[in-house]
Amino acid sequence: MADKIRVLVAKPGLDGHDRGAKVIARAFRDAGFEVIYTGLRQTPEQIVAAAIQEDVDVVAMSLLSGAHGTLMPKVVKLLKEKGADDKLVIGGGVIPDDDIPALKEAGVAEVFTPGTPTSVPIEFIKTHVKK
Amino acid sequence: MDLVQQVREGNKVAIARLITKAENEAPEATAALRELYPDTGRAYLIGITGPPGSGKSTLTDKLVKEIRKRGKTVGVIAVDPSSPFTGGAILGDRIRMSDLSLDDGVFIRSMGTRGSLGGLSKATHDAIKILDAAGFDYVFIETVGVGQSEVDIVKTADTTVVVSVPGLGDDIQAIKAGIMEIGDLFVVNKADKDGAEKVVIELGQMLELNQNMGDWYPPIVKTIASTNEGIVGLVDKINEHLNYLANSGELIKRRKERISNEILNLILKRVTTKITGKLSEENFWENELDEILNKLKNPYDVTDRVVDEVLL
Ligand SMILES: Nc1nc2c(ncn2[C@@H]2O[C@H](COP(=O)(O)OP(=O)(O)OP(=O)(O)O)[C@@H](O)[C@H]2O)c(=O)[nH]1
Ligand SMILES: [Mg+2]
Repeated sequence: MADKIRVLVAKPGLDGHDRGAKVIARAFRDAGFEVIYTGLRQTPEQIVAAAIQEDVDVVAMSLLSGAHGTLMPKVVKLLKEKGADDKLVIGGGVIPDDDIPALKEAGVAEVFTPGTPTSVPIEFIKTHVKK
Repeated sequence: MDLVQQVREGNKVAIARLITKAENEAPEATAALRELYPDTGRAYLIGITGPPGSGKSTLTDKLVKEIRKRGKTVGVIAVDPSSPFTGGAILGDRIRMSDLSLDDGVFIRSMGTRGSLGGLSKATHDAIKILDAAGFDYVFIETVGVGQSEVDIVKTADTTVVVSVPGLGDDIQAIKAGIMEIGDLFVVNKADKDGAEKVVIELGQMLELNQNMGDWYPPIVKTIASTNEGIVGLVDKINEHLNYLANSGELIKRRKERISNEILNLILKRVTTKITGKLSEENFWENELDEILNKLKNPYDVTDRVVDEVLL
């Protein structure tokens, strides 16, 4: 039996909408992943603590607030500090194309902008998770 | 340093990795559990069960905070059903426990039921042992109270807390009939809602009818988990039950039963694996089904043959 892929779906930042995160959580579940959903307004510290305790393979962050430039790299950095940098970090949301190279530079594996079919991150995860 | 030693020292990355290995049934997990076994049996195991949405996670969050105030450490295992079709799951209990993520003395793990048909999986039992060996004073196990998981939780926990809420409708009688025997404590949560007092009275009446009661009379506690009301009292009652278990010899009795259950399950699991392996290897079903269908053979003789061949 193949090991089950576990994904943390987190919604950092201050805005109060988690519809996008819920849609992606359901799509991941239907793809056979175990999704740990942490709810709204998570700090990078909380996301990293949850990712460690849940030992997820993937940390998927959904952002709308425009703070992606600092929040996502911070999560990558904290994971590294805690000795848990084997996790794939991906992001989604309204993120300007110009910002994406810097995020990747900072260790975010991939960024999915609005309109991307859910099958794309699912395939990305299946291909990149080290199992 | 090796994983086992790191788990003993309470290293969260190590604890989490070992639970994953147990969930994936990696051979290293069994080896590690064998080594850790002498370190288990120190934690006090509390099961929280009740219908979906009754406030189990919110209650757990508040109970853990109160226990932390009293200087003890807590592990939490939150079990949610996996989809039988895709094997996937959405595990959402952490939503109610966000503040606990950053507490050094708390470790929370969400688990899907995976193949265990609604009951508690072997991996859940392994995870409990891992948290126990890691030194947590209390381990909470949250399960949705439907079907087998409800029965399983009693066999697993030292103390079982059954959560009810007002407004469940007519089904409540049927539900209650099944849960009266398993609860050591009954919580009526969402006491801010109409009908809470009615639930308390009904539960009380059902308890009076329960014949198999020992020296412990299960208390009924009203709570409003969302505002922390009734939580201090509930922690007191939980600790009171622990004292009762310890002083009456019931704790030893329950733990012995748990060990025999566990051994039985391990044996059954191994035997099942062996038999299913053997059957697929012989292509057994294909060969004999026609003969059984045509009454040339019967299922009973075939069963005897297989059991003799595989087990004896
Ligand atoms: N009014 C009221 N709402 C509450 C109370 N306790 C919890 N809730 C709310 O009930 C909802 C469900 O709470 P959870 O703690 O997630 O319930 P649960 O039993 O863990 O749910 P599942 O794990 O999905 O079965 C949330 O919106 C809580 O805020 C309470 O005492 N009163
Ligand atoms: Mg819950």
